[in-house]
Amino acid sequence: MIHSLFLINNAGDLFLEKHWKSVISRSVCDYFFEAREKAVEPDNVPPVIRTPHHYLINIYREKIFFVSVIQTEVPPLFVIEFLHRVAETFQDYFGECSETTIKDNVVIVYELLEEMLDNGFPLATESNILKELIRPPTILRSMVNTITGSSNVGETLPTGQLSNIPWRRAGVKYTNNEAYFDVVEEIDAILDKSGTTVFAEIQGVIDACVKLSGMPDLTLSFMNPRLLDDVSFHPCVRYKRWESERVISFIPPDGNFQLMSYHISAQNLVAIPIYVKQNISFFETGSSGRLDIAVGPKQTMGKTVECLVVTVHMPKVVLSANLSATQGTYNYDPVTKILLWDIGKLNPQKLPNLKGSLSLQSGAPKPEENPSLNIDLKIQQLAISGLKVNRLDMYGEKYKPFKGVKYVTKAGKFQQRLSEWLLVHTEV
Amino acid sequence: MSLSYSCNGHICENLLVMDSFVRFLKEREQEQLIKILSFLFYIFRHDDLKEMLDSNKDSLKLEAMKRIVAMIARGKNASDLFPAVVKNVACKNIEVKKLVYVYLVRYAEEQQDLALLSISTFQRGLKDPNQLIRASALRVLSSIRVTIIVPIMMLAIKEAASDMSPYVRKTAAHAIPKLHSLDPEQKDQLIEVIEKLLADKTTLVAGSVVMAFEEVCPDRIDLIHKNYRKLCNLLIDVEEWGQVVIINMLTRYARTQFLNPNVNVSITHMCEKKRKPYVMDPDHRLLLRNTKPLLQSRNAAVVMAVAQLYFHLAPKAEVGIIAKALGMFEPYLKSFYIRSTDPTQIKILKLEVLTNLANEANISTILREFQTYIKSMDKDFVAASIQAIGRCATNIGEVRDTCLNGLVQLLSNRDELVVAESVVVIKKLLQMQPEQHSDIIKHMAKLIDNIQVPMARASILWLIGEYCEHVPKIAPDVLRKMAKSFTNEEDIVKLQIINLAAKLYLTNSKQTKLLTQYVLNLAKYDQNYDIRDRARFIRQLIVPTDKSGALNKYAKKLFLALKPAPVLESPFKDRDHFQLGSLSHLLNAKAAGYQELPDWPESAPDPSVRNVEVKDSVCAERTVLTGPEGAGVLLLQTTRGSSNIASGSDESGSGSESEESREETESEEEEEDEEEEKKKRKKLDKTKAKKQAEESAERCAIHTIHQIRTIAPSGSIKMYELLHRITGEGLAVEYCFSRQPFSPDPNMVAVQIQFTNNTNSETKNLHIEDPRLQSGMRIREFAEIGLQPTGESVTVVMGIDFCDSTQAANFQLCTHTRKFFVSIQPPVGELMTPTFLTENNFKKEQGERTSAHSRFNTHSCPTDCSFSSKHLSFFSSYVVVTPPPPPSAPVYRFAGKTVSSGCLVLVTVTTKEGGGAQLTVNCEKMVIGTMLVKDILQALSQ
Repeated sequence: MIHSLFLINNAGDLFLEKHWKSVISRSVCDYFFEAREKAVEPDNVPPVIRTPHHYLINIYREKIFFVSVIQTEVPPLFVIEFLHRVAETFQDYFGECSETTIKDNVVIVYELLEEMLDNGFPLATESNILKELIRPPTILRSMVNTITGSSNVGETLPTGQLSNIPWRRAGVKYTNNEAYFDVVEEIDAILDKSGTTVFAEIQGVIDACVKLSGMPDLTLSFMNPRLLDDVSFHPCVRYKRWESERVISFIPPDGNFQLMSYHISAQNLVAIPIYVKQNISFFETGSSGRLDIAVGPKQTMGKTVECLVVTVHMPKVVLSANLSATQGTYNYDPVTKILLWDIGKLNPQKLPNLKGSLSLQSGAPKPEENPSLNIDLKIQQLAISGLKVNRLDMYGEKYKPFKGVKYVTKAGKFQQRLSEWLLVHTEV
Repeated sequence: MSLSYSCNGHICENLLVMDSFVRFLKEREQEQLIKILSFLFYIFRHDDLKEMLDSNKDSLKLEAMKRIVAMIARGKNASDLFPAVVKNVACKNIEVKKLVYVYLVRYAEEQQDLALLSISTFQRGLKDPNQLIRASALRVLSSIRVTIIVPIMMLAIKEAASDMSPYVRKTAAHAIPKLHSLDPEQKDQLIEVIEKLLADKTTLVAGSVVMAFEEVCPDRIDLIHKNYRKLCNLLIDVEEWGQVVIINMLTRYARTQFLNPNVNVSITHMCEKKRKPYVMDPDHRLLLRNTKPLLQSRNAAVVMAVAQLYFHLAPKAEVGIIAKALGMFEPYLKSFYIRSTDPTQIKILKLEVLTNLANEANISTILREFQTYIKSMDKDFVAASIQAIGRCATNIGEVRDTCLNGLVQLLSNRDELVVAESVVVIKKLLQMQPEQHSDIIKHMAKLIDNIQVPMARASILWLIGEYCEHVPKIAPDVLRKMAKSFTNEEDIVKLQIINLAAKLYLTNSKQTKLLTQYVLNLAKYDQNYDIRDRARFIRQLIVPTDKSGALNKYAKKLFLALKPAPVLESPFKDRDHFQLGSLSHLLNAKAAGYQELPDWPESAPDPSVRNVEVKDSVCAERTVLTGPEGAGVLLLQTTRGSSNIASGSDESGSGSESEESREETESEEEEEDEEEEKKKRKKLDKTKAKKQAEESAERCAIHTIHQIRTIAPSGSIKMYELLHRITGEGLAVEYCFSRQPFSPDPNMVAVQIQFTNNTNSETKNLHIEDPRLQSGMRIREFAEIGLQPTGESVTVVMGIDFCDSTQAANFQLCTHTRKFFVSIQPPVGELMTPTFLTENNFKKEQGERTSAHSRFNTHSCPTDCSFSSKHLSFFSSYVVVTPPPPPSAPVYRFAGKTVSSGCLVLVTVTTKEGGGAQLTVNCEKMVIGTMLVKDILQALSQ
């Protein structure tokens, strides 16, 4: 299935290669580089690239291209999903998945890749199993190991491999037993020029950090489970109980994992926490334009909007921006043509505003294309859909665990369009 | 001027050359130096590593290996270290060992001879008590791509396939495709291993063996039959990657075995003759039902696999659950709205979906959405959007004018690409109703002065030529301009100029005759031969000469015929012949190793091929195990248990023996549901092996339960008559005691009943009624037989608890018309089932029985000479016991217990010198004991 893997950074340096079958020359990546060149933006690289003898399936994550080499028929999603799992495993092991951490831990990375695939077919991808086979690095352990020469590698088969709950390792023990759940919701929305919702939906996940001894059997229930439209679960969740009782019943993996993800569709009305008033216009003559953006709260359920950032992708002819912001800082990058206004916390008493002039390439005609405006924000202690965890019960163990649920709402792909009607004003 | 320049230049040049030469030399020197230094460093560094590898400190070795692996990861060549590294393959430190493995797998192919040095270490590893070490030894051994070791690999795979650890068996499954790609000639042997592993009941192995199946022998679907239901049932517990592979394989399987659930809809009303109403095969339903919950998987590949399974296999009405193919995506229209930040390929796909979803009801929303896309900064996407508008306009008549007007507006866009794309689309749209749009054609004619994109120019010229009668004044003028610029145009434009000239010549030769001739002359000497050819061809066709033939008369008809309007097609058309979600589907080209999805069969193949003998349905065997070696420990225990029995009291039972019997135990457990034939054959082999084992253990007389099972069904089981053909009015019923455990209730005797319908009509609703039993006796009826066609036999199994008595069980056998009184009376031997005891235990139990109460008479056996094999075969066919010990052994012991109460029955036969034997039966139940003695003696004397 998966023949080889190459890791390539944004600058086009190939910094790691791994082969699960016979070695494939790294020159195969030239086809990738060609496609990368053509795509301009890293996101636009086609996920499947066909070469005379191979297929390259790649993902772009954390500024790294994971390029896998395939020789025969395989569902592309299978490979893509696996590559994401590799990235997640690195993240889990090293705290972040970046070129630096991968290079610093190259031996562990190699050991992991060796365990994750055998002959190109996934062998062990569960974090709990991998951690028994290869222990994640800690400063203390690496020091001890250097001195004593002891190893990071497990000597026996992880218990999970043979049990019917492969995701949990056996013999888990904690002095403080705790279970934390983060309900994270992201609003994906498209608003039109006036701020009216064209389309909005919520993508939610429940991330868990469970540190409980023994074999706890947990049940998580919601006040309003009917809200959840389209759900997918970690393999530990019992589908049947969800189908019949709408509760999440599971024996958790040890440590951090994503319990479930869900989708609340556009059919339900999605609250939009802020409004943006903007006016970006270019003059017919004089190679200049004007910009005026104001942001204010809309449906925030009484909570504070934080980490507010407005990003505008400007037309190519915009050379620079001379603006003033009543709050936060702005930066215009003339290379990427991105205007970034970092507002921070939104104060309802004093609404932030950014305005000033834009200068264009001299002699260039007024740009035809419209800029688009993306919004990033965060609201603590609120799940914008109104989803609420009712209770968490534990069976199978005697101790009393400490439980916690946290809610947070973020902007996902939250975009306001600055375009106007075109076909209506027909002049012909 | 030029002279002075060259003079000055000369001096300058010389200076420059000198300078750069010196610099070059310096650089070269430096480069050389660097090269030499780095070469020295390289050697030195590797020496350093070699030294570390040779040291006896694990920490140094580990450090060296880590550095080497880092080199491999960066793609640096470390092959010269091979000898130093391979020495450490047997290192005690497990991390060093693992890194050596990594190195070996990487370089073994290049250094085959040296790699062979490591093989013995792996062979030793394959026998390690630690299953992780066994597994990784096999993993590495099978990953070393050295052809010489193919036989060793084959042997290792075969052994690992019957390892007691499922993890090792999984590794064996992984090794199969490796060996296959190394040496395809091993295919037949590998298929045998695949067949064996397919029968494995653990979820851990399932995904991997199906993967091996897909790579080695995807066309052998016959291997799947017996495992089909098991795979369906295990599916939910298999790890996610295995799920994807299994689902894809089962999709293909289903397409060969079941009928098309949607066929009724399309075909029945076409065929006149009546079809049988479609009934879904329960196995087909099982697959659909068991995959459905996986739609909730976190793994997108699993969800996609289920989606494609439903798409290819489900009745149309059910396809909706996988998110709504066809019209069902409509409620999700807005989910496909495009953001400027989406990657281009996503934008194009979303656009495609939106275009396909467009209909009269939603077109205005969709068009409004499309308009915003035209202002995007992504030009490829803008072009695709314009085409999408064109497609909507052709598909939905109501909006054609709106779209056309909008597109015409785009003609004044500053971006040439936008204009060009619009022209192309407008051209196609205009072809539908040209007469209403002469103003647009005029507008386009004006554009020819400004537009440079060849495709757009060509489109405009074609349009003017085609509809020159709508623009009689402009057309000749355009031709005039084009004649002027002809030589500078692109080829496609030139062809269209010729085209335009020809059409004008035919309709308006007065004004354009000279222009046309001029254009044709230019074309005659063009560099491109297509254009030269075309010019020659057209000249012959349109300009009448004495040589020109009949075609000339029809030139006008040929050129100005009414052309059908083009259909604007989706770029994603015609990919439905690939399995959804496959790589081939995505690329719309067959990738290597793609397995065609077969068409549904006309008539369903025999569904009974999927029947499995074992009555209880397959359940997941994975149990939570504690202890480090999990299943290994448990299996070892049973193993030891049975080997003890095999070697009986013989203390000197050697290690090799127990090894042998371990294998047997393993395979016996696994083969339970294999075909009957095979079973017999294998079991015979096993019996032989057992015999040998027993010979070495001189006085062994107690046998394992496995042996007992092996013999019981193979002996001729006596059939008894329950209902004669004549009394039963054509229905004949026979029964026998199958000597298999009755799984729904272990305290019942299994009775196998065979119905044969000799009547001329079907027998319906065969069932049992009104059982009249002695107190305590119980009966478990067979499930009612709905329909039995003429001339066919049906076999069912029922259970009867006889309470360890030989009393008959009476009941009525009912059909839909008649009732028959029947009774079943068991011979005493059928009331017991074999059990196993060690010789010591046997003696102990016997002692207890003797001293207690039920000591039996000792009968002298009437047989002459030794206890012959004939008698033993009697034992095996009648009393459910065991095969013979060797003739030299004077004492035979058989152990059994009654089915209902589990009370021990011990039979001892002692042969005497000079013929004759003595028979002793020990049992708490008096009646049973006496009857058994009587029966045995009677049988022996026959």
